[in-house]
Amino acid sequence: MFPIWIITKREMASFFDSLLAYILLIAFLGFSGLFTWLLGGDVFMVKQASLQSFFGVAYWSLFFFIPALTMRMIAEEKSSGTLELMLTKPISDWQLVLGKFLSALLLIMISLALTLPYYITVASIGPLDHGAVWTGYLGLLLMSVAYISIGLFASSITTNQIVAFLLSLLIGIFFHFLFGMLAQYFPGFIGKILNYLSLQAHYQSITRGVVDSKDLIYFLSLIFLGLFAAETTLAKRNINDN
Amino acid sequence: MDIIVQHITKKFGSQKAVDDVSFTVKTGEIVGFLGPNGAGKTTTMKAITCYFMPNEGDISVGGYSIRENPSAVKKNIGYLPENNPLYKDMPVIDYLHFVAELHGIPENRINARILDMVNTCGLEGEKHKKIGELSKGYQQRVGLAQALIHNPNVLVLDEPTSGLDPNQIIEIRDLIRKIGQEKTVILSSHILAEVEATCDRIVIIHKGKIVADGTTALLRQQSQGREILKVTIEGGNKNEVFKALQGLTNVQMVDMLSKSDNTFEVQSKPDTSSRRDVFRLCAKKGWDLTELTPTETKLEDVFRELTLN
Repeated sequence: MFPIWIITKREMASFFDSLLAYILLIAFLGFSGLFTWLLGGDVFMVKQASLQSFFGVAYWSLFFFIPALTMRMIAEEKSSGTLELMLTKPISDWQLVLGKFLSALLLIMISLALTLPYYITVASIGPLDHGAVWTGYLGLLLMSVAYISIGLFASSITTNQIVAFLLSLLIGIFFHFLFGMLAQYFPGFIGKILNYLSLQAHYQSITRGVVDSKDLIYFLSLIFLGLFAAETTLAKRNINDN
Repeated sequence: MDIIVQHITKKFGSQKAVDDVSFTVKTGEIVGFLGPNGAGKTTTMKAITCYFMPNEGDISVGGYSIRENPSAVKKNIGYLPENNPLYKDMPVIDYLHFVAELHGIPENRINARILDMVNTCGLEGEKHKKIGELSKGYQQRVGLAQALIHNPNVLVLDEPTSGLDPNQIIEIRDLIRKIGQEKTVILSSHILAEVEATCDRIVIIHKGKIVADGTTALLRQQSQGREILKVTIEGGNKNEVFKALQGLTNVQMVDMLSKSDNTFEVQSKPDTSSRRDVFRLCAKKGWDLTELTPTETKLEDVFRELTLN
């Protein structure tokens, strides 16, 4: 079996053993369900079959949940010393990082899949723009993957899980809305760069139903950069540091 | 499978944790890696197990270089890191299964291997418990079991008995000796008795450099290289005896050990013995030689002498 998958299996088992997975699933489904059906701009209030409020809530709740998921992944192994145990087994740094990445991705995919009943029920009560829903899910998925790789990087540079959590939120905030906000204050070239860096802008362009290769390249490079930085942090031990 | 360490240097910042260290461990040999805390034992072991690359030098394990073929090296090594890190929330069986998978043991042979390890390491009653619930001694056995699960040719054990009670220490030592008959074993310790009891050979490291390498007997000899005798002579004047002993050809130094009786410590010149001379001297002078005992240098003294500066 592939080493990446062995690591992923163990991580998944540890999610479900530690209740983390259940808490996350319940909280995520609870929040998004609440706002889809009962609170604020829910379907009955706007009197329209739409998943707009669901995507709005998911956009923010995933932003907070993903760092909670990734914060322990490398930091805990560093502080307990199991990282040394892992990296002296016949696996590479990349395989370890990718295994962990994949496990977080799978859990997010499970939680997104569990919201499909919302989609089905909303679709049954009125006409729904199906294309927008699917691109909405695609946007959420790409955003999640980007934050997972940022979270893994944050987890790789510290042995303290809280530091890892806060750091990935801090990095995330820039992509989530700060770049987009700043872009409005800077005209011209700088504004364009900031706008391109803004994850929000790319997310919105995908959820609007336009899946542009420019947006995909943006997400893929963000994911690669996060994972690459995490792997580089691990590999630093070969040069000088612990 | 031999371990050949060639001129490795590892720096942490500007400090050299290991400085140009070379040694060889042969198949079937149990080598004790001895040194005060912070001497570079763990660093050397981490380099052998490919946890990190040394800044300079190379290590080959069974002909594979850690630089060119780290995954082949890792496959052949069973490693018990310092402080025995384990996934505390996993049951023993699941954990061993996970490690076996990582080592690429085919699925149909994994259960047999786990069973074997559970028997060898005495984990029968604990195999379904979570690792975190086990006592330290049993956790150490789990650590050994995970290091042995793929039947490696080389075992690297970093302080395998630290934190165990005396009975557990003896059990683990017996286990290491049993395993070490056909494998290459390198274990580190700062407990001299342990190394003396388990190892065929000792490598002493101090401030990142190797200061001694050899069997315990050889080390004792090297460090002193001189015969030391405890001599008691009765029937003569103390000062006269002292002077007569000092006048012997092979004697380098005489020490008075007590004020009340005529007991001396006689140190011979390197590679000579003065036992016969002392006896003849007494016979000639008509003194009674009541004690003549060669003093053996303790390994502790060797260790202190080599690592105290």
